[in-house]
Amino acid sequence: MAVELDVFVGNTTLIDKDVYQLWLDGYSVSDAVTIRIQSGILEQTGATPDVLESDTMDHYRTFQMLERLLHSPPKLINQLLFQIPPPMQSMLIEKYYAFDEPFVREVLGKKLSKGTKKDLDDVSTKTGITLKSCRRQFDNFKRVFKVVEEMKGPLVENIQQNFLLSDRLAGDYAAVVFFANSRFETGKKRLQYLTFEDFACCAEQLIQNWTLGAVENRTPAANLGPASSTSQIDHAQYPGANVKRTSGRSYCQSPDSMVDDMDVDLDREFLQDLKDLKVLVTDKDLLDQHKSLVCTALRGKVSTFNEMETSFKTLSRGLINIAAKLIHTKDVRDLFIDLVEKFIEPCKSDRWSTNDVCLFLTQYTNTARALDAFKHQCLWERYMGTIKSCIMKMYHD
Amino acid sequence: MPGKLKVRIVAGRHLPVMDRASDLTDAFVEVKFGNTTFKTDVFPKSLNPQWNSDWFKFEVDDEDLQDEPLQITVLDHDTYSANDAIGKVYIDIDPLLSNEAAVVLSGWFPIYDTIRGIRGEINVMVKVDLFHDLNRFRQSSCGVKFFCTASIPKCYKAVTIHGFVEELVVNEDPEYQWIDRIRTPRASNEARQRLISLMSGELQRKIGLKVLEMGGNAVVGYLQCFDLEGESGLVVRAIGTACTLDKLSNTATSLLPPCSSPSKDLKEVPFSEDPNPVTHSSGPSTPLKNQTYSFSPSKSYSRQSSSSDTDLSLTPKTGMGSGSGGKEGGPLKALYRQQTQSAFEHREFPFFTLTTFPPGFLVHVGGVVSARSVKLLDRIHNPDEPETRDAWWAEIRQEIKSHGKALGCHAVVGYSESTSICEEVCILSASGTAAVLNPKMLQDCSMEGCSEHRLSRQPSFFSTGSEKGEFDFFLQCQDSASILGLDDSSSLGCSFCHIPYDELNMPFPAHLTYCYVCRKQKVPDVLFATVEPPLEAAVTGKGCLIQARLCRQKKKTQGEANATAISNLLPFMEYELHTQLMNKLKLRGMNALFGLRIQITVGENMLMGLASATGLYLTALPSPGGIQIAGKTPSDSSYEQHISNMQKKINDMIIKNREIYEINPPEILEELLGSPIPESRQRSRLFRSHSESSDDVSELDLSHGKKDAFVLEIDDADAVEDIHSLLTDAPTPSGFYSCNTEIMPGINNWTSDLQMFTSVRVFHLNNVTSLTSQGLNKAFSDLCENLLKTLYFKLRSMVPCCLCHVNFNVALPEDELIQVAVTAVAITYDKDQAQYITKVCTDKTLLRASAENEDQLQFTLELCMETQSTQSAQLLSPSKAAGITESGSLQPVTPAAQRATSVDYSSFADRCSSWIEFIKQKAQTIRRGSIKTIASLDKASPLAEAHTRHRSPTSCINSTVTVVEMTPLSFIPGAKITKYLGIINMFFIRETTSLREEGGVSGFLHAFIAEVFAMVRAHVAALGGNAVLSYIMKQCVFMENPNKNQAQCLINVSGDTVIFDRDTDVESAPAQPQTSGSQTGNGSGDVIT
Repeated sequence: MAVELDVFVGNTTLIDKDVYQLWLDGYSVSDAVTIRIQSGILEQTGATPDVLESDTMDHYRTFQMLERLLHSPPKLINQLLFQIPPPMQSMLIEKYYAFDEPFVREVLGKKLSKGTKKDLDDVSTKTGITLKSCRRQFDNFKRVFKVVEEMKGPLVENIQQNFLLSDRLAGDYAAVVFFANSRFETGKKRLQYLTFEDFACCAEQLIQNWTLGAVENRTPAANLGPASSTSQIDHAQYPGANVKRTSGRSYCQSPDSMVDDMDVDLDREFLQDLKDLKVLVTDKDLLDQHKSLVCTALRGKVSTFNEMETSFKTLSRGLINIAAKLIHTKDVRDLFIDLVEKFIEPCKSDRWSTNDVCLFLTQYTNTARALDAFKHQCLWERYMGTIKSCIMKMYHD
Repeated sequence: MPGKLKVRIVAGRHLPVMDRASDLTDAFVEVKFGNTTFKTDVFPKSLNPQWNSDWFKFEVDDEDLQDEPLQITVLDHDTYSANDAIGKVYIDIDPLLSNEAAVVLSGWFPIYDTIRGIRGEINVMVKVDLFHDLNRFRQSSCGVKFFCTASIPKCYKAVTIHGFVEELVVNEDPEYQWIDRIRTPRASNEARQRLISLMSGELQRKIGLKVLEMGGNAVVGYLQCFDLEGESGLVVRAIGTACTLDKLSNTATSLLPPCSSPSKDLKEVPFSEDPNPVTHSSGPSTPLKNQTYSFSPSKSYSRQSSSSDTDLSLTPKTGMGSGSGGKEGGPLKALYRQQTQSAFEHREFPFFTLTTFPPGFLVHVGGVVSARSVKLLDRIHNPDEPETRDAWWAEIRQEIKSHGKALGCHAVVGYSESTSICEEVCILSASGTAAVLNPKMLQDCSMEGCSEHRLSRQPSFFSTGSEKGEFDFFLQCQDSASILGLDDSSSLGCSFCHIPYDELNMPFPAHLTYCYVCRKQKVPDVLFATVEPPLEAAVTGKGCLIQARLCRQKKKTQGEANATAISNLLPFMEYELHTQLMNKLKLRGMNALFGLRIQITVGENMLMGLASATGLYLTALPSPGGIQIAGKTPSDSSYEQHISNMQKKINDMIIKNREIYEINPPEILEELLGSPIPESRQRSRLFRSHSESSDDVSELDLSHGKKDAFVLEIDDADAVEDIHSLLTDAPTPSGFYSCNTEIMPGINNWTSDLQMFTSVRVFHLNNVTSLTSQGLNKAFSDLCENLLKTLYFKLRSMVPCCLCHVNFNVALPEDELIQVAVTAVAITYDKDQAQYITKVCTDKTLLRASAENEDQLQFTLELCMETQSTQSAQLLSPSKAAGITESGSLQPVTPAAQRATSVDYSSFADRCSSWIEFIKQKAQTIRRGSIKTIASLDKASPLAEAHTRHRSPTSCINSTVTVVEMTPLSFIPGAKITKYLGIINMFFIRETTSLREEGGVSGFLHAFIAEVFAMVRAHVAALGGNAVLSYIMKQCVFMENPNKNQAQCLINVSGDTVIFDRDTDVESAPAQPQTSGSQTGNGSGDVIT
C-alpha cells in the first residue's frame, strides 16, 4: 500500500521553525528526515518515521509555495493565500534572507552575475554549505541588489521597505549591495582574517560618508557653518553632523543628480578631490611638520612610540597614496587590501596595540588642522574619519 | 423590478505578467450579472492597476438576485489578438439580501482561474438596494436567513421550530454535454462552477419559499449537497430545519459564556421553578439500527410524486410505538402520548437537522435510525421535474420515520442524508436519532410564551390538525404531562437516556436497568445517537473518538447485478461496523456514542464503511461490562495460554483506558441506593458462531464485577483479526483528546487558540484482488490510524488540545485508490482548569442536587462561597473541599440563590471579579506560552470597523489582510458572536495539465485547498466578518491521470459568516440585567473563563 497523495492544510499555516531551517539549509526531504530523527524527535513525540516524513514533506511543500512570495516580502504580507500571524511572517522573511558568514565572505565584493553563480558549487564545497542554500543566498543578494540598485534615497531604508528586514539584516544587505556595486576585493589571502561584520561596519562608514547619498543628506548640515568637529570618534556616532564641510564647494545639488544612485555609488567628485591631499606627503615641510605635531602629541602616550616615529612617513605616505589613487575604479576595489598592506600590517609587525593605532590616527587626523599650509581640512576629515573607523574595525587578529 | 445591484471595481494587485515583452499587464475588468455586462477602462502597463470605476448598476428581479452569482472577470487587453482572461471572481450576493446581515461587500478577492489557480487580487465593492415586494405570489424568498449551524444560532432566540424542509434541483452536468468536446477545459470548468452556483442559489430560494409558507423566517442546520451523477446529471439537494428566529434585541443577552458550548444562551428557566413537564415512563432502549435495503432499478420507480414537493399520500397511522405505549401507561399517559404522536404525524416528516438543542428539548433518545437504498442512476430527462430523485428520498425518509416510530419516538433529530455514487450505482443513506421532544420547546423557547400559551390551551388544542402540521398542539402536551405529575428527572440530566419505548414490547432485544441517576426510569445499557451530547447530560470522565472501519470486496459488475450485489453486502457491513463500534466502546469502558456518522462508500470493486462517533460514559447508564474472549471448544493448552494472554491484554487496556478518560463512576451511589438490576439478565452479545448460549459464559465473568461481559469468541481467523485490530488501535498521545462532536464533555476551559485544518490522503492498494478481506480491513484501518497519528504529530505544539469535530470522508475515486479527507479543529485548553472542572464534575455526581449542568453548578458553588466568605481568589485550590462541604446546603440554596441573582447580579459580579481577574491572568500566561500565536486576533471588528485593517502590534509590517478564523464548530471558544452575516457556499474546480510541474498530486491539491481557504476568508472579510462557523468541506472529488500529467479536483465548502468579539472585558458582561434564564447561563460561563 503506497501513499499517493498526502496533504495537510491549516487555516493558519502551520510552520515548524526547525523544518524551515532545514529547508533553508538546502537539505532534501530525506536528509531533513534523517536529521530530525537524529534530534530525537521520535522519542519525544512517539511518532514513527513515516509520520515524520509526511510532516516534513508537507512543510517543504508549504515552503516551496511560500518561496515565490518570499522573493517579494511585501507580497507575503498582503497575500491572501496563506494566513500567517505577523510575527511568524517576520520570522519567515528574516530567516529566508539571513545568510551564512562563510558564504558571504566568499561572495562579498564579487559581481553578482551568472558567472559567479556558476562558481557556487566551488563555494559550496569550500564552505560545506549546500549548493541549494548557496543559491538561495546568492539569489537573495542579487534580488536585493537589483531592486535597490537604481533607487534613490538611503540604502538601508530602501532595503527595509522593499524586503521588510530587521535593521541589522538590512544593514548587512546594504553592505553586500555596496560591496558588490563597487566590487571591493575581500577574498585575497591578506584579508582572510577579516569577518563579514568588519566589512559591514566599513561599508556603513563608506556609505555614510563617501557616497552621493551622504552628500545629499548632509547638505543642510553643511550650511550650518564652519567645521565644529572636535573629535573624530564622535564621527562614528553622528555621521551626519559634520563630515560634510565641503569648503565652499557644493556636491551634486543639481536636480538631475537625483537620478543617480544616492547611497550605492561613491561620490566621484570627492574621490577626485582626494588627489589634493597628496600635498601632505609631497610637500616635505608639511610632512615634517605633521610628523612633529603628531609625535609631540603622542610622546609618552603610546607604548610603541619609537616604532611610530620611524614609520610615520611610510604610514602617512601609504594613507595619502590610497586617497590619491581612489579615483581609479581598480584602486577603489583594492581599498581594503591597500589598507591592510600599507597600514595595518606594518603596525602589526611593530606590535602596535589597538589603543596605539587609535591614538595615532586621531592625532594624525587632528593635527593636520594645525598645518597652515594645508587647505583641505574638510576633505581631509571626510577622508580620514572614515579611514580611521575602517582601520579601527579591521585592526585585530 | 425589485432590486438594484451596484458594483464598483476599485483596484487590482499582484496581477500576473501577461505581456512577456514589457513584464506588465494591461488589465481591465468585465462585470457580469445575469445577461448584463459592464466593462472598466483598460489600466495600461501595471501589475497593480487602479481602476476606481464608477458604480455599475444592474436592475434586476430579486429572484435573479437570489439565483445568480455576480461574475467579475479580469482580462488583459490585447490590441491585435483576443483579450486573455486572467481569472474570475464569483460573488454570491445573497448575504446582502437579508436586511439584518451584511450591508456592503467590500474587499480584496483572489482572482481565480480554474487552470492557473489564484492570480492576483481585485478590490471590489458591492451594494444592493432592495425594494420590498409584498406580492404573495412572488418566487423569491429574500430575507430568509440560512444557517449551516445545526443549533439555534447564538444571537437569536427560537420562537418556533417549524420542522423539516427539503428541496432538490437537477440539471445536466456541463462536463458531459456534447459541447464539452469542443470547448476548452477552462470554459467547461467555468460553465460547471457557474451552473452549480446558479443551482444552489435556486435551491436556496426555493427552500426559502417553503420556509415562508410555513411561517418561518430562517433555516438552521442547512445542509446542501451535490451529487455528481456523471452522465445522468447533476443533483443539488438540501435539507434544513425551518424556524422562526427572533434576534435578541439586547446584544448582551447573547453574550456567550466564553467557554460555553452551543446554545447555552437558550437555557430555559431554571427547572426548579418550571419542572420539565414531559416524561412518560415506559420501556427500555438500546442503540438500534434499523436498516432497510431496498433495491429498485430506476426503471421501475413508482410515480407517486410528481413535483419536488414530496407530498406523498402517507396516511399517518398510529405507529407501533404509540400503540404499545398506551398499553402500559395509564389512560392519561396514553392520551398524552397519542396527542403528541398524532400531532407529529401531521408533519410529513418530523425530522430535525439540528444536533444541539436547548436543555430540556430532548426528552428521550431512542437510538439511531438509518436507512439506505441502492439505486441505479438513469439520465434525468426533464430537469424541471426531478421526480425520480424526490421519490427516492421520500421513500427513505418514510422509512426513517417508521423506524423512529418503532422506537416509540415521534421525531428524528440530528437527521442527515448522504449519497455515494460509483458509475451508475448510487447508495442513498439517511440517518438520525429517534427521539421524543418536548413540544413546548418546539413552539416557544421563551418563558413569557409559556404562560401565555398555558392560558390559551383549549383553542390551540383544537388547532392540532392545522394544515401545516406545526406544533401547535404543544400546550396540552405540557399540561397533560403536568397532570400526570411526572417527575422532574430531566433536571438531573438523565431524562434523555430513559427509554421511550415500551419495556414489554421492545423493538429489539435490549438490556435494561434502572437509571443510575434517578433510579426511577429504565435505561438501556448503551445508547447511540447522531446528535451532540445534550448539555444537561451527566457525563463521567472524558470522551474519545471511536471509529469502526471496514472494507468489503465485491465483484466488478454492471447494472442491476452490481446493485443487487451491493444491496446484499450492506446489511453485513452495517452489522460489522456496529459490532466493531460496540467492541471499541467497551474497550474504552464507555457506554454511549454521540455524533455517530456511518459512511458507506461504493467503489468499482470495493465497499468501504467508516463509522465515527464520540464515546462517552453517561452517568445514567450502567457501567459497561468487559470483553470476554472465548476460545473454540477443542482447545489445547498453548491455545488456552494464547487466549488468556489476549484476555489479559484486553483487561489491561480497559483499565488503562478508564484512567486515560478519567472514568470513575460514582460507586457510592450504587451502594447507597442499591442497584435494582432487572431480573431478566439479557446479555448483549456478539456471536461469531451460533453455538453457545449466553448462560454458558456467565461464569467467565472475571474482572469486571457484577457487570455483564461482552463475549468475543475466536473460532476463526476473522475473530482473531478483530481482536487484533481492537488492540492495535493506537491510543491518542498524551495531551490530546479527540471527538467528532462539537464539544468534548469534561473539557470546558478552552483557550482561544484554535487551528482548523483539512488533511487529504490517497492510498494506492496494490492488487486488491489478491488481498484477503482481513488484509483490506487492516490496510484501511492502518490508513486511518496513520492519518490520525500524523495529525497528532503536526499539532503537537498545541498540546494540551482537543481535536473537535473530526470529520472523515472516504471516497474510492478509482480502482485501487482510497481517498480519505479529514477536517477538524484543534483547540487548546487550559490543563489546570480542566482538572479543576473535573473535580467539580465528580462532586456534582455526588451531589446531584438540582444541577442542570456543570456551569450552573459551578455558579451555585460560587454563590455559596460568596455567602460565607469573599475569599474568592482561593476558590481554585480548595474547590474540591468547598464543593463537598457545601453539598449539604447546596440543594436548598440553589433556587434561592438563583432568584437572588436575578435581582442583584452586579454585586455578585463585583465580588467575583478578583477571582475572574486571577483566572484571566492564568489563561493569558498559558496563551502566551503556546507556540501558535493569535496576536492579531485581539479584537474583532464590528461591521463599522470591519474594513479597517488589522495591524499587528508587534512588527513593523502593516498587513491589509484581516485574520479570519474558520471552524467546523458553531462557536468560537472565548469569544462571543455578535452578528451572523450570511451563509457561505462555494464550489470550486481546479484542473491542471502540468501536474508534475505543480509538485505532483500533493502539490496540486495542497495549493488548491489553500486557495479554497483563501477565497473563503476573502469573502468573509469582504462581508465584514472575521470567522466562519460550522465550516464544512462537503465534497472533495479528486481525479488524476498521471500519464497525461493531468489532474482535476472539485471542492465544495460551506459555513456561516460571523463577526465575533473576543471577550476581554468579562467583568462588565454579567452586570447587564437580563432575563433570569440566560443570566444564569452567562454568569456561570463567565466564571469559568
